[in-house]
Amino acid sequence: MERIPILKLGPFLLVSIQVDMHDRLVLTLQDDLTERIVQTRARGVLIDISGLDMVDSFIGRMLGNIAGMARILDAETVVIGMQPSVAITLVELGLSLPGIRTALNIDRGMDLLRASLEERTEDFSAGNQAG
Amino acid sequence: MPATKRGSLSIRSQDDVVGVRQAVRRAAVDIGLNLIDQTKIVTAASELARNAFVYGRGGEVLIEDLQESGRRGLRLSFEDHGPGIPDIQKAMTDGYTSGTGLGLGLGGAKRLSDEFQIFSEEGAGTRVVITRWKS
Ligand SMILES: Nc1ncnc2c1ncn2[C@@H]1O[C@H](COP(=O)(O)OP(=O)(O)O)[C@@H](O)[C@H]1O
Ligand SMILES: [Mg+2]
Repeated sequence: MERIPILKLGPFLLVSIQVDMHDRLVLTLQDDLTERIVQTRARGVLIDISGLDMVDSFIGRMLGNIAGMARILDAETVVIGMQPSVAITLVELGLSLPGIRTALNIDRGMDLLRASLEERTEDFSAGNQAG
Repeated sequence: MPATKRGSLSIRSQDDVVGVRQAVRRAAVDIGLNLIDQTKIVTAASELARNAFVYGRGGEVLIEDLQESGRRGLRLSFEDHGPGIPDIQKAMTDGYTSGTGLGLGLGGAKRLSDEFQIFSEEGAGTRVVITRWKS
């Protein structure tokens, strides 16, 4: 079966979407990513969509679902490289993708995830000391 | 209004929905739509093709080039012979879905197009026509 590869980068997962996905492939990716987050205990997910020339409500829903699922599993999601024409179209479509952070490229996305991971780790140890 | 048929595609599978996106992109590039307008009409087409497949039990799209007093446009007509839409106003409402979608397809396609028409009859099918003009 056709699949989008998921790479592990330290505590994070990276998926780079380079093909025009049919709906089943979108759902497979959603399931695969969720499973890998659990398996690897990843703390962050980078989804590179710079190769997508459109995001419709089906793909938008997947991005939202992944981010929601990741949050429950204590991982943060950053969407990378959304083309400006795609971002403008998404707003008009009516999709705001609440709770999804975006970054220009993978480096910036990694910076975001690392910073947020450090913050969360500090909160955790501060909480431990207090408790 | 002079309209030239560019082609028609049947929508009977998820792969056909991808095929519609790609054909509409080619047509949009061909008539000289800018990147944002290309993306808008391709996204609208993706929503309507999926609706024809999922709710209309398959259908087809007619792609036409328009020419009117020197300006060019693209017209897409989606048609299926599925169950039809009992309450169009409700179906057009953002957030309404009878399935598992986000309920943004019809409303979104309307916002992403310059012109939008929908005709539906219960038991007979649905036809949605959208147009995007070159600005
Ligand atoms: N071609 C169609 N045939 C029958 N019903 C349709 C068709 N297109 C849309 N609908 C109805 O309109 C509703 C809203 O469609 P849409 O805005 O695309 O949202 P979604 O696809 O997320 O449900 C659908 O849930 C369905 O009930
Ligand atoms: Mg829809």
